[in-house]
Amino acid sequence: MAEQIYFEDVAEGAEIPALEKEPSTQQLVQWAAGSGDFYQIHYDTAFAQNTGLDGIIVHGALKHAWLGELLHRFASPGGRVRRVACSYRGMDVPAQSYRLRGTVTKKSAAERTVELSIWGENESGQKTTPGTGVVELPSRA
Amino acid sequence: MAEPPRFESVVTDEMRAQIGVPREPFVCEVTTTGVRMFARAVGYTDPIYYDRAEARRRGLRDLPAPPGYMGTPIFDPEASDPTGGARRGTQAGVRSPYTLVLNGGTDVEYTGVDICAGDELTGVARLESLTERYSPALAGPMLVQVTATTYTNQQGEVVATVRGTGLSYGPRRDDG
Repeated sequence: MAEQIYFEDVAEGAEIPALEKEPSTQQLVQWAAGSGDFYQIHYDTAFAQNTGLDGIIVHGALKHAWLGELLHRFASPGGRVRRVACSYRGMDVPAQSYRLRGTVTKKSAAERTVELSIWGENESGQKTTPGTGVVELPSRA
Repeated sequence: MAEPPRFESVVTDEMRAQIGVPREPFVCEVTTTGVRMFARAVGYTDPIYYDRAEARRRGLRDLPAPPGYMGTPIFDPEASDPTGGARRGTQAGVRSPYTLVLNGGTDVEYTGVDICAGDELTGVARLESLTERYSPALAGPMLVQVTATTYTNQQGEVVATVRGTGLSYGPRRDDG
Protein backbone atom coordinates (compact mmCIF):
# COMPACT_ATOMS: atom_id res chain seq x y z
CA MET A 1 0.00 0.00 0.00
CA ALA A 2 1.36 3.36 -1.05
CA GLU A 3 1.65 6.21 1.43
CA GLN A 4 -1.30 8.55 1.78
CA ILE A 5 -1.33 11.66 -0.41
CA TYR A 6 -2.85 14.63 1.41
CA PHE A 7 -4.86 17.42 -0.20
CA GLU A 8 -2.21 20.00 0.73
CA ASP A 9 0.54 18.02 -1.03
CA VAL A 10 -1.14 17.98 -4.43
CA ALA A 11 -0.19 20.58 -7.02
CA GLU A 12 -2.20 21.51 -10.09
CA GLY A 13 -0.43 20.23 -13.17
CA ALA A 14 1.25 17.32 -11.38
CA GLU A 15 1.08 13.86 -12.91
CA ILE A 16 -0.11 11.01 -10.70
CA PRO A 17 1.50 7.53 -10.71
CA ALA A 18 0.54 5.60 -13.85
CA LEU A 19 -1.05 2.15 -13.87
CA GLU A 20 0.07 -0.49 -16.37
CA LYS A 21 -2.19 -3.19 -17.77
CA GLU A 22 -1.77 -5.93 -20.31
CA PRO A 23 -5.16 -7.61 -20.49
CA SER A 24 -5.26 -11.29 -21.35
CA THR A 25 -8.29 -12.95 -22.91
CA GLN A 26 -8.71 -14.57 -19.48
CA GLN A 27 -9.09 -11.11 -17.95
CA LEU A 28 -11.77 -10.21 -20.50
CA VAL A 29 -13.72 -13.33 -19.55
CA GLN A 30 -13.29 -12.46 -15.86
CA TRP A 31 -14.61 -8.99 -16.67
CA ALA A 32 -17.61 -10.44 -18.51
CA ALA A 33 -18.48 -12.39 -15.36
CA GLY A 34 -17.59 -9.61 -12.92
CA SER A 35 -19.53 -6.91 -14.75
CA GLY A 36 -22.34 -9.08 -16.12
CA ASP A 37 -21.69 -7.96 -19.72
CA PHE A 38 -21.64 -11.09 -21.89
CA TYR A 39 -21.53 -9.39 -25.31
CA GLN A 40 -19.68 -11.89 -27.52
CA ILE A 41 -17.39 -9.41 -29.31
CA HIS A 42 -15.23 -9.51 -26.15
CA TYR A 43 -14.47 -13.26 -26.08
CA ASP A 44 -15.63 -14.94 -29.31
CA THR A 45 -13.28 -14.16 -32.22
CA ALA A 46 -15.59 -15.53 -34.94
CA PHE A 47 -18.51 -13.53 -33.56
CA ALA A 48 -16.39 -10.36 -33.40
CA GLN A 49 -15.20 -10.84 -36.99
CA ASN A 50 -18.78 -11.32 -38.18
CA THR A 51 -19.58 -7.84 -36.87
CA GLY A 52 -16.74 -6.38 -38.94
CA LEU A 53 -14.04 -6.23 -36.26
CA ASP A 54 -10.56 -7.74 -36.76
CA GLY A 55 -10.98 -9.77 -33.59
CA ILE A 56 -12.06 -9.47 -29.98
CA ILE A 57 -11.77 -6.09 -28.30
CA VAL A 58 -11.39 -4.87 -24.72
CA HIS A 59 -14.66 -3.75 -23.08
CA GLY A 60 -14.98 0.03 -22.84
CA ALA A 61 -16.33 -0.38 -19.32
CA LEU A 62 -13.20 -2.32 -18.28
CA LYS A 63 -11.05 0.63 -19.39
CA HIS A 64 -13.40 2.89 -17.37
CA ALA A 65 -12.91 0.59 -14.35
CA TRP A 66 -9.12 0.78 -14.79
CA LEU A 67 -9.39 4.58 -14.62
CA GLY A 68 -11.32 4.01 -11.39
CA GLU A 69 -8.45 1.85 -10.11
CA LEU A 70 -5.93 4.54 -11.11
CA LEU A 71 -7.86 7.08 -9.01
CA HIS A 72 -8.38 4.63 -6.13
CA ARG A 73 -4.64 3.99 -5.95
CA PHE A 74 -3.94 7.72 -5.97
CA ALA A 75 -6.45 8.53 -3.19
CA SER A 76 -6.03 5.45 -0.96
CA PRO A 77 -6.17 4.56 1.80
CA GLY A 78 -7.85 7.65 3.29
CA GLY A 79 -9.41 9.34 0.25
CA ARG A 80 -12.27 8.37 -1.98
CA VAL A 81 -13.16 8.39 -5.66
CA ARG A 82 -16.05 10.75 -6.42
CA ARG A 83 -16.24 10.66 -10.20
CA VAL A 84 -14.87 8.62 -13.08
CA ALA A 85 -15.91 9.77 -16.56
CA CYS A 86 -14.46 8.84 -19.92
CA SER A 87 -15.20 8.64 -23.64
CA TYR A 88 -14.40 5.60 -25.75
CA ARG A 89 -12.51 7.00 -28.73
CA GLY A 90 -10.64 3.97 -29.96
CA MET A 91 -10.73 0.21 -29.71
CA ASP A 92 -8.10 -1.77 -27.82
CA VAL A 93 -7.22 -5.42 -28.09
CA PRO A 94 -5.97 -8.00 -25.58
CA ALA A 95 -2.28 -8.96 -25.17
CA GLN A 96 -1.10 -5.37 -25.70
CA SER A 97 0.07 -3.05 -23.01
CA TYR A 98 -2.29 -0.30 -21.95
CA ARG A 99 -1.36 2.54 -19.64
CA LEU A 100 -3.68 4.59 -17.41
CA ARG A 101 -2.48 8.08 -16.56
CA GLY A 102 -3.69 11.31 -15.01
CA THR A 103 -2.73 14.87 -14.19
CA VAL A 104 -4.22 17.20 -11.59
CA THR A 105 -6.19 20.03 -13.20
CA LYS A 106 -7.94 21.72 -10.29
CA LYS A 107 -8.11 21.74 -6.49
CA SER A 108 -11.19 22.80 -4.50
CA ALA A 109 -10.56 23.48 -0.83
CA ALA A 110 -14.24 23.45 0.19
CA GLU A 111 -14.63 19.66 -0.10
CA ARG A 112 -10.91 18.84 -0.44
CA THR A 113 -11.57 17.55 -3.90
CA VAL A 114 -9.06 17.25 -6.70
CA GLU A 115 -10.10 17.18 -10.33
CA LEU A 116 -7.93 15.33 -12.81
CA SER A 117 -7.59 14.86 -16.51
CA ILE A 118 -7.35 11.07 -16.88
CA TRP A 119 -6.84 8.82 -19.85
CA GLY A 120 -5.88 5.39 -21.09
CA GLU A 121 -3.28 5.14 -23.83
CA ASN A 122 -2.23 2.30 -26.08
CA GLU A 123 1.28 1.18 -27.06
CA SER A 124 1.53 4.00 -29.63
CA GLY A 125 0.65 6.58 -27.00
CA GLN A 126 -2.78 7.20 -28.54
CA LYS A 127 -5.34 8.29 -25.92
CA THR A 128 -8.22 5.93 -26.63
CA THR A 129 -10.06 6.65 -23.36
CA PRO A 130 -9.82 10.33 -22.36
CA GLY A 131 -11.81 11.55 -19.39
CA THR A 132 -12.17 13.38 -16.11
CA GLY A 133 -11.86 12.17 -12.54
CA VAL A 134 -12.57 13.63 -9.13
CA VAL A 135 -11.20 12.36 -5.83
CA GLU A 136 -11.62 13.57 -2.27
CA LEU A 137 -8.40 13.58 -0.24
CA PRO A 138 -7.78 13.79 3.51
CA SER A 139 -6.25 16.92 4.99
CA ARG A 140 -3.07 17.17 7.04
CA ALA A 141 -4.87 19.63 9.30
CA MET B 1 -14.30 26.20 -42.95
CA ALA B 2 -16.69 24.03 -44.97
CA GLU B 3 -20.08 23.35 -43.47
CA PRO B 4 -20.72 19.72 -42.49
CA PRO B 5 -22.90 17.86 -45.02
CA ARG B 6 -26.63 18.09 -44.41
CA PHE B 7 -28.45 14.90 -43.46
CA GLU B 8 -31.99 13.83 -42.81
CA SER B 9 -32.99 13.65 -39.15
CA VAL B 10 -34.00 10.21 -37.85
CA VAL B 11 -35.37 11.49 -34.54
CA THR B 12 -39.15 11.28 -34.38
CA ASP B 13 -41.56 13.02 -31.99
CA GLU B 14 -42.17 9.63 -30.41
CA MET B 15 -38.46 9.22 -29.66
CA ARG B 16 -38.20 12.77 -28.34
CA ALA B 17 -41.17 12.16 -26.03
CA GLN B 18 -39.06 9.57 -24.18
CA ILE B 19 -36.64 12.20 -22.91
CA GLY B 20 -36.89 12.52 -19.14
CA VAL B 21 -39.39 9.70 -18.70
CA PRO B 22 -38.30 7.36 -15.85
CA ARG B 23 -38.19 3.68 -16.76
CA GLU B 24 -39.22 0.81 -14.52
CA PRO B 25 -36.91 0.63 -11.46
CA PHE B 26 -34.47 -2.28 -11.18
CA VAL B 27 -32.75 -3.70 -8.12
CA CYS B 28 -29.04 -4.49 -7.88
CA GLU B 29 -27.51 -6.47 -5.04
CA VAL B 30 -24.06 -5.53 -3.77
CA THR B 31 -22.57 -8.73 -2.35
CA THR B 32 -19.14 -9.76 -1.06
CA THR B 33 -18.84 -12.28 -3.91
CA GLY B 34 -19.86 -9.63 -6.46
CA VAL B 35 -17.34 -7.11 -5.11
CA ARG B 36 -14.53 -9.68 -5.14
CA MET B 37 -15.35 -10.82 -8.69
CA PHE B 38 -15.43 -7.25 -10.00
CA ALA B 39 -12.21 -6.27 -8.17
CA ARG B 40 -10.44 -9.41 -9.40
CA ALA B 41 -11.54 -8.73 -13.00
CA VAL B 42 -10.17 -5.17 -12.88
CA GLY B 43 -6.93 -6.35 -11.27
CA TYR B 44 -7.14 -4.59 -7.89
CA THR B 45 -4.54 -5.64 -5.31
CA ASP B 46 -5.91 -3.54 -2.40
CA PRO B 47 -7.20 -6.03 0.25
CA ILE B 48 -10.09 -3.66 1.04
CA TYR B 49 -12.00 -5.31 -1.84
CA TYR B 50 -11.33 -8.88 -0.70
CA ASP B 51 -10.87 -9.00 3.08
CA ARG B 52 -13.84 -7.99 5.25
CA ALA B 53 -11.64 -7.51 8.34
CA GLU B 54 -9.47 -5.05 6.38
CA ALA B 55 -12.57 -3.16 5.16
CA ARG B 56 -13.85 -2.88 8.75
CA ARG B 57 -10.42 -1.83 10.00
CA ARG B 58 -10.61 1.02 7.51
CA GLY B 59 -13.99 2.16 8.83
CA LEU B 60 -16.40 0.48 6.43
CA ARG B 61 -19.39 -1.76 7.17
CA ASP B 62 -18.24 -4.42 4.71
CA LEU B 63 -16.35 -4.74 1.40
CA PRO B 64 -16.88 -1.48 -0.55
CA ALA B 65 -18.02 -1.42 -4.18
CA PRO B 66 -15.07 -0.54 -6.45
CA PRO B 67 -15.58 2.46 -8.79
CA GLY B 68 -17.99 1.49 -11.55
CA TYR B 69 -19.56 -1.44 -9.68
CA MET B 70 -23.22 -0.70 -8.99
CA GLY B 71 -24.08 -4.21 -7.82
CA THR B 72 -25.54 -7.04 -9.85
CA PRO B 73 -29.07 -6.74 -11.25
CA ILE B 74 -31.28 -9.51 -9.91
CA PHE B 75 -31.57 -11.99 -12.75
CA ASP B 76 -34.99 -13.20 -13.84
CA PRO B 77 -34.87 -15.91 -16.52
CA GLU B 78 -38.25 -14.75 -17.82
CA ALA B 79 -37.59 -11.03 -17.93
CA SER B 80 -33.85 -10.36 -18.06
CA ASP B 81 -31.71 -9.78 -21.11
CA PRO B 82 -29.32 -12.76 -21.52
CA THR B 83 -26.39 -10.57 -22.65
CA GLY B 84 -26.52 -7.66 -20.21
CA GLY B 85 -28.50 -9.21 -17.36
CA ALA B 86 -30.81 -6.22 -16.82
CA ARG B 87 -34.58 -6.67 -16.87
CA ARG B 88 -36.14 -5.63 -20.14
CA GLY B 89 -37.93 -2.30 -19.85
CA THR B 90 -35.50 -0.91 -17.29
CA GLN B 91 -32.95 0.56 -19.70
CA ALA B 92 -33.47 4.02 -21.12
CA GLY B 93 -32.25 4.16 -24.71
CA VAL B 94 -34.65 4.36 -27.66
CA ARG B 95 -34.38 1.93 -30.58
CA SER B 96 -32.19 3.59 -33.16
CA PRO B 97 -33.01 3.36 -36.87
CA TYR B 98 -29.26 2.87 -37.45
CA THR B 99 -27.93 -0.68 -37.29
CA LEU B 100 -24.36 -0.10 -36.03
CA VAL B 101 -23.84 0.70 -32.39
CA LEU B 102 -20.87 1.89 -30.31
CA ASN B 103 -20.47 2.60 -26.63
CA GLY B 104 -19.50 6.27 -26.52
CA GLY B 105 -18.64 6.73 -22.88
CA THR B 106 -19.38 6.26 -19.19
CA ASP B 107 -19.62 8.81 -16.40
CA VAL B 108 -20.04 7.59 -12.82
CA GLU B 109 -20.58 10.30 -10.25
CA TYR B 110 -20.87 9.41 -6.55
CA THR B 111 -22.61 11.48 -3.92
CA GLY B 112 -20.17 10.39 -1.21
CA VAL B 113 -22.43 7.86 0.54
CA ASP B 114 -20.59 4.52 1.07
CA ILE B 115 -21.72 1.58 -1.06
CA CYS B 116 -20.86 -1.72 0.63
CA ALA B 117 -21.67 -5.41 0.39
CA GLY B 118 -25.10 -5.94 1.90
CA ASP B 119 -26.57 -2.88 0.16
CA GLU B 120 -29.45 -3.09 -2.23
CA LEU B 121 -29.46 -0.36 -4.85
CA THR B 122 -32.48 0.65 -6.90
CA GLY B 123 -31.70 2.10 -10.30
CA VAL B 124 -34.02 4.33 -12.30
CA ALA B 125 -32.93 5.15 -15.83
CA ARG B 126 -33.98 8.05 -18.04
CA LEU B 127 -33.07 9.15 -21.52
CA GLU B 128 -31.42 12.52 -21.00
CA SER B 129 -30.76 13.71 -24.53
CA LEU B 130 -30.92 12.75 -28.20
CA THR B 131 -28.65 14.60 -30.58
CA GLU B 132 -27.61 14.07 -34.16
CA ARG B 133 -24.40 15.12 -35.77
CA TYR B 134 -22.28 14.45 -38.77
CA SER B 135 -19.25 12.34 -37.92
CA PRO B 136 -16.24 12.97 -40.18
CA ALA B 137 -14.64 9.75 -38.86
CA LEU B 138 -17.66 7.65 -39.80
CA ALA B 139 -18.36 9.75 -42.93
CA GLY B 140 -22.02 9.90 -42.02
CA PRO B 141 -24.62 11.01 -39.53
CA MET B 142 -24.66 9.65 -36.01
CA LEU B 143 -27.34 9.52 -33.33
CA VAL B 144 -26.05 10.21 -29.82
CA GLN B 145 -28.17 9.06 -26.87
CA VAL B 146 -27.24 10.01 -23.33
CA THR B 147 -28.96 8.06 -20.56
CA ALA B 148 -28.75 8.78 -16.85
CA THR B 149 -29.42 6.17 -14.16
CA THR B 150 -29.83 7.25 -10.55
CA TYR B 151 -29.06 4.69 -7.85
CA THR B 152 -30.67 4.88 -4.40
CA ASN B 153 -29.78 2.61 -1.48
CA GLN B 154 -32.09 0.78 0.90
CA GLN B 155 -32.13 3.83 3.23
CA GLY B 156 -33.44 6.02 0.41
CA GLU B 157 -30.13 7.86 -0.03
CA VAL B 158 -29.00 8.64 -3.58
CA VAL B 159 -25.54 7.09 -3.95
CA ALA B 160 -24.60 7.69 -7.58
CA THR B 161 -25.65 8.77 -11.04
CA VAL B 162 -24.32 6.83 -14.00
CA ARG B 163 -24.44 8.41 -17.45
CA GLY B 164 -23.93 6.38 -20.57
CA THR B 165 -23.45 7.64 -24.10
CA GLY B 166 -24.65 5.38 -26.89
CA LEU B 167 -23.73 6.04 -30.53
CA SER B 168 -25.50 4.57 -33.54
CA TYR B 169 -24.75 5.07 -37.21
CA GLY B 170 -24.47 3.34 -40.57
CA PRO B 171 -27.15 1.58 -42.62
CA ARG B 172 -30.73 1.94 -41.45
CA ARG B 173 -32.92 -0.95 -40.40
CA ASP B 174 -35.31 -2.27 -43.04
CA ASP B 175 -38.23 -1.11 -40.92
CA GLY B 176 -36.59 2.16 -39.86
